[in-house]
Amino acid sequence: MPTLIARRLAQLVPTVLLLSVIIFSLQHLLPGDPALVLAGENPDEATLAAIRAQYHLDQPLIVQYLYWLKGVATGDLGESMRHNRPVLDLILLKLPVTLQLAVMGIGIALVVGITAGIISALRQNSAVDYATNIASLAGISVPNFWLGILLILFFSVHLGWLPASGFVSPSEDLGMNLATTIMPAFVLGIGIAGVIMRHTRGAMLQALSSDYVRTARAKGLNERSVVLKHAMRNALTPIITLGALEFGALLSGAVLTEQIFTIPGFGKLIVDAVFTRDYPVVQGVVLVTSLFYIILNLLADIGYILVNPRLRG
Amino acid sequence: MSTISETQSSANPVTNLFRGRLWRHLSQRKSALVGLAVVLFMVFVAVFAPLLAPYDPTAQSWTAVRKAPSAAHWFGTDEAGRDMLSRIIWGARASLLAGLTSVGIAMAIGVPLGLAAGFLGGLVDGFISRFTDAMLACPFLILAIALAAFLGPNLTNAMLAIGITATPFFIRLTRGQVLSIKGEDYVEAARAVGNPRWRVAVRHVLPNILPQLMVQATLTIATAIIAEASMSFLGLGLQPPAPSWGSMLNSAQRFLSNAPWMALWPGIAIFATVLSFNLLGDGLRDALDPRSR
Repeated sequence: MPTLIARRLAQLVPTVLLLSVIIFSLQHLLPGDPALVLAGENPDEATLAAIRAQYHLDQPLIVQYLYWLKGVATGDLGESMRHNRPVLDLILLKLPVTLQLAVMGIGIALVVGITAGIISALRQNSAVDYATNIASLAGISVPNFWLGILLILFFSVHLGWLPASGFVSPSEDLGMNLATTIMPAFVLGIGIAGVIMRHTRGAMLQALSSDYVRTARAKGLNERSVVLKHAMRNALTPIITLGALEFGALLSGAVLTEQIFTIPGFGKLIVDAVFTRDYPVVQGVVLVTSLFYIILNLLADIGYILVNPRLRG
Repeated sequence: MSTISETQSSANPVTNLFRGRLWRHLSQRKSALVGLAVVLFMVFVAVFAPLLAPYDPTAQSWTAVRKAPSAAHWFGTDEAGRDMLSRIIWGARASLLAGLTSVGIAMAIGVPLGLAAGFLGGLVDGFISRFTDAMLACPFLILAIALAAFLGPNLTNAMLAIGITATPFFIRLTRGQVLSIKGEDYVEAARAVGNPRWRVAVRHVLPNILPQLMVQATLTIATAIIAEASMSFLGLGLQPPAPSWGSMLNSAQRFLSNAPWMALWPGIAIFATVLSFNLLGDGLRDALDPRSR
């Protein structure tokens, strides 16, 4: 098992390096001289020269990349052009808000997706099965920003039960925190619930038709024990792994959800940075979300190795 | 994002296509037929938008601002008095164009790279595969937004950004399919008679992985349409006053309490189109995969 984990870690090195090249290259997509963009409006030649020197833009591309990589490795993601503070500070400030939404979202996705998937598998080819399948595909297909708008329309504008926007920290007021985050978390989770439901259904159908379940039934175990103790336990292992991977996808969804519900998180940070042309922040957010995704992927793989006796060696 | 299995069997898929078996299997799945019907309807609407739209989609009327649906304006009007139905009809063009163009870009880059990786192996495969892993590590929408931000906000750049971001799906799928069939007898035979590798790849391998690519393309169009709508919603796609479903939803946000129809129609249009492509993609996958029947 340690060999497997070590091999998996070694595979990450070239991936992370190539990822860094991709993210570094983003700033070179800017038309014209990056120094002009960084300098703001009407810069003089001295300012431009200072910026070129500061960001090593007067050096060959490979040298610029190495400087950038060195900075990233030491936690220096550059300085926000709008906020005049380190990008990493901004990201660390916003990350807990998005993480709370993501944790709530994945919780909703797992509960809804796994429950619906199991029911669908147990009632295969019934009306419930078809309805659940259509609902899961609808969950995957619904644009989350539209779902957010519909929820605001119904629960905030029509019923007046929940605030339409804003965020209250849990340390300030836990009740208000839940009231401001439940709709965005639902919006984030529902698409993932569709994916989890489809995988759960497939895994459960496979488990229910396997030899060990047939043996359990032949031994005279009641159906409840067969489903809960035998089929479900085996079917859910890959689903938990999938949940970890989808957690990364939630960060993508957060971009729009936070925009709709005006939540000051990670997603809103990148959108605001895009419109204020705060390129170091855009790069920083892409880098951190990607690394986050890679780490989750790795943890999911290690988790899978740990729970799968055939891989433990 | 839905992807299909890399190791999916391709038992005579091309022959199946030409003998109409695909249609026979597809026609047994009602949900796929519904998907196909809606997709064809949307294509019809997009192509004939100038004839179908009752009004000019950009014509403003300050005497008809935020009017509820009526006989004169079936879907109501927006904050500038523009006819919502006309804007929805013209918006179909932008959405389908974005979906098809982005997937075209992704396939044009991804399929040759996937063929090269699967066929050449070694260092080329190693580099392309690691590059694909790196691209896939960036969350789809965040990378597309970042690319569009650096390229500049307009529909062309949004399509380019979505296309580039979707490229790894096609590299990975093509490579997997090539690996699964490159040991088949007919591929070996084509190589044995002296065909160059590029010819074997293009003439013998590519046609046999087309069905799987077709499924992936259908599912990716759905993803691309949502991505384009998301980017237009954020202001990174088609710029107002040009009609786009995403930007229409953005405007609707400000008038939820007094003009809720502004948020209803563009959302339904995106949802119906994306759901239809997903239903069709699912149906195609089931029809082309013997194991699922």
